Amino acid sequence: MNIIIVLTPMIGTIFGVMYFYSSREFTELLLAQPIRRTTIFLGQYLGVALSLTMSLVLGLGIPFLIYGIAQSSEIWNFGLLLLSGAFLTFIFVAVAANIALMHENKIKGFGYAIFIWLFMAVIYDGLFLISLVVFEDYPLDKFSLFATMFNPIDLSRILILLKLDISALLGYTGAIFQKFFGTNTGMFASIGVLLVWCGIPVFFIKRISEKKDF
Amino acid sequence: MIEITDLYKRFGKVKVLDGVSLEINGGGVFAVLGPNGSGKTTLIKSILGMVIPQAGAIHVNEQHVKGQWQYREDINYLPQIARFPENLSVKELIGMIKNLRGKKANDDALIELFGLEEFMDKKLGNLSGGTKQKVNLVLTFMFDCPLLILDEPTTGLDPVSLIHLKELIQKEKEAGKTILITTHIMDFVDSMADEIVFLLEGNIYFKGTVAELKKKSSKNELEHAIATILTEQND
Repeated sequence: MNIIIVLTPMIGTIFGVMYFYSSREFTELLLAQPIRRTTIFLGQYLGVALSLTMSLVLGLGIPFLIYGIAQSSEIWNFGLLLLSGAFLTFIFVAVAANIALMHENKIKGFGYAIFIWLFMAVIYDGLFLISLVVFEDYPLDKFSLFATMFNPIDLSRILILLKLDISALLGYTGAIFQKFFGTNTGMFASIGVLLVWCGIPVFFIKRISEKKDF
Repeated sequence: MIEITDLYKRFGKVKVLDGVSLEINGGGVFAVLGPNGSGKTTLIKSILGMVIPQAGAIHVNEQHVKGQWQYREDINYLPQIARFPENLSVKELIGMIKNLRGKKANDDALIELFGLEEFMDKKLGNLSGGTKQKVNLVLTFMFDCPLLILDEPTTGLDPVSLIHLKELIQKEKEAGKTILITTHIMDFVDSMADEIVFLLEGNIYFKGTVAELKKKSSKNELEHAIATILTEQND
């Protein structure tokens, strides 16, 4: 599970940046044709994100189907895992597209992209844990709930963890989380937040692409 | 046809276009000349909407171009450097552009004219610069559009293809089309252009016929006339 939650964003980020840099000639060719700018860039974004999602879903789905997941009771948890993987791909490809559009310098672009992935996957958790330790005298359940929402990787991780009933291991905070994420409302709220996480960078792709010079 | 008013464009601190106003009406060949970095390509890219100017307006066929895309149906554009997606074959690329435009194209005649048949299945990444430029020319001339914009069409072409290119431009001119060319080859301008637009440091320094330019600088050869303008500027 952790492999998916950490690796999918990385693959999304790196492929996204690589694609947007290497398709620059193609973009220039298309820009001189009678096509709307937004169409070109959103088309490219969806092209990358959808194919990565497909490879995730098929690559994981087929072996698990053969293994016999469809008959087991784990099918819903597995589906949730694939769903959050798909969300993470869409989010991080969009973030990568933004970075690639903002920076002409490929090395800089790659650097920022990898940093964002590293920040979301590792550093954020570290900061989160430190803040929990520092402020341990205060009630932190609301804070941790919100802090989770601001990082799509954490959000997906916790969403899946709680579905797997490991939340008992997390003590009191786990109970709060379980109360929130375990219910349908919590589930839909988190999927809503993930959707917002997709929407914002996509909106920025549209805005940047309309202003950029080629 | 094309109407540009007070166009300003800067890239960071570099001022490229500094209040350019230009009107191009009726058919014929218009040569946009100027030293390197005078803003020729930027001007052309602004007309195409690839570069977004800070201020000023561009109208193509009485239509404001900002944020629009339909007007590009009437434009054939030849980019300065032939850069194509490397993993496509020539055939796929031509097919894709035809599909995009959805117009009748006479690509077969042009492929034959430039002798590209043997390259049709090759990947664009493996082609030489001159061959890429030929593909570029096929893509530009295969559609029947009233406005042609050619940014340095002669780069990398062999003499035979150059003659073919001149014939093509002549043919389009006779069909009453407007053709906008930037180039550094003065012979080409001398033999092809009806009117010259001379850009210097982001402004239009001269607009008129070749004969007028020669008269202005009292030189008989266009190359010398241009050189005179440039050295006078530097003094």
